[in-house]
Amino acid sequence: MIVAEQKPIQEIKAMIADHQKVLVVGCATCVTVCMAGGEKEVGIIASCLRMALRIDGKEPQMIEDCIQRQCEWEFVDTLKDKVDGVDAVLSSACGVGVQALAERFPNKPVYPALNTSFMGMPKEHGLWVENCRGCGNCGLGRFGGICPIARCSKGLLNGPCGGSQNGKCEVSKEMDCGWQLIYERLKRLDQLEKLEEILPPKDWSTDRDKGQRRMYRGDVYYEQTV
Amino acid sequence: MSEQFEPEIVAFCCHYCAYGAADLAGSMRLNYPANVKIIKLPCTGKVDIIYLLKAFEDGADGVFVVGCLEGNCHFTDGNIKAKRRVARAKKLLDEIGLGGERLDMFNMSASMGPKFAEVAREMTERIKGLCPNPLREKMKNEGGGR
Repeated sequence: MIVAEQKPIQEIKAMIADHQKVLVVGCATCVTVCMAGGEKEVGIIASCLRMALRIDGKEPQMIEDCIQRQCEWEFVDTLKDKVDGVDAVLSSACGVGVQALAERFPNKPVYPALNTSFMGMPKEHGLWVENCRGCGNCGLGRFGGICPIARCSKGLLNGPCGGSQNGKCEVSKEMDCGWQLIYERLKRLDQLEKLEEILPPKDWSTDRDKGQRRMYRGDVYYEQTV
Repeated sequence: MSEQFEPEIVAFCCHYCAYGAADLAGSMRLNYPANVKIIKLPCTGKVDIIYLLKAFEDGADGVFVVGCLEGNCHFTDGNIKAKRRVARAKKLLDEIGLGGERLDMFNMSASMGPKFAEVAREMTERIKGLCPNPLREKMKNEGGGR
């Protein structure tokens, strides 16, 4: 899932300070699970902003809502009437959701309430970790199901660097060395021979290097004819 | 000015401890400031950040949460959860500009009536040392609430 965290209230306040009526919209998918931008967090953000702006002598009106997913038109479209009635929209979704609202409502300013951080999972309650960089060319089958791109600080492909100490990365004592995890996992699976193959430099052409990525599937894509 | 300022303080009290302690304080004829308005909860684990924020938004000058002694929660760890939420709400209040010192959490058992009275006095004195909640002042001037 997408993991995000709330921006500081003062930063959000500065963005919306010039608007009187603001729609605060949450997203009930990833950012609800990472407790950053769901229905509950929308209430907290709106309450904080109301107070912060009133202290500054403004009279803001905050309308609160939360839709199932901000990254799909069918849900975004349900907001139309509410968006029409406000001066600006504050989205507590990931960057994808914010941009979906901006695209659907081109005449309305849309601001982000969150910083979108990474693709990851809740390792423990309240602790999220990045596990995938979305490089577009998955090699998890070769690395025992542990990604060296996301979990080795250097993204090395042929084993650990000298900064691996007692299973931890030199970047932080709290961070496991991704390559130590890969080694242990392959050893347990009796697949250590996979490490004997030397990998050439990774082909990053499937990553972001060619600009915005698009994916097309002919069997489900219907070209707009109208 | 500050001598005449009578703060409105909201106390979120756990049914199993603080509410009993407040009751005991009354039975013991202990004086504590009338500024404190008590809201009974089944456990401080019921305290949500939005409850604390709404209290301030609706004009409270100070808020405190009183739960069981740590390790003695009737629901195992409701008071620990409340402690963490109060800590986050304090940070938010600092960010908003109201000040996190307007909010605090205390722990006591149902037999600690004098402690409840002491906490009520401490919070009242602390809030009297601050300015009134600016949101309440605005409400008064406008003759209404949110």
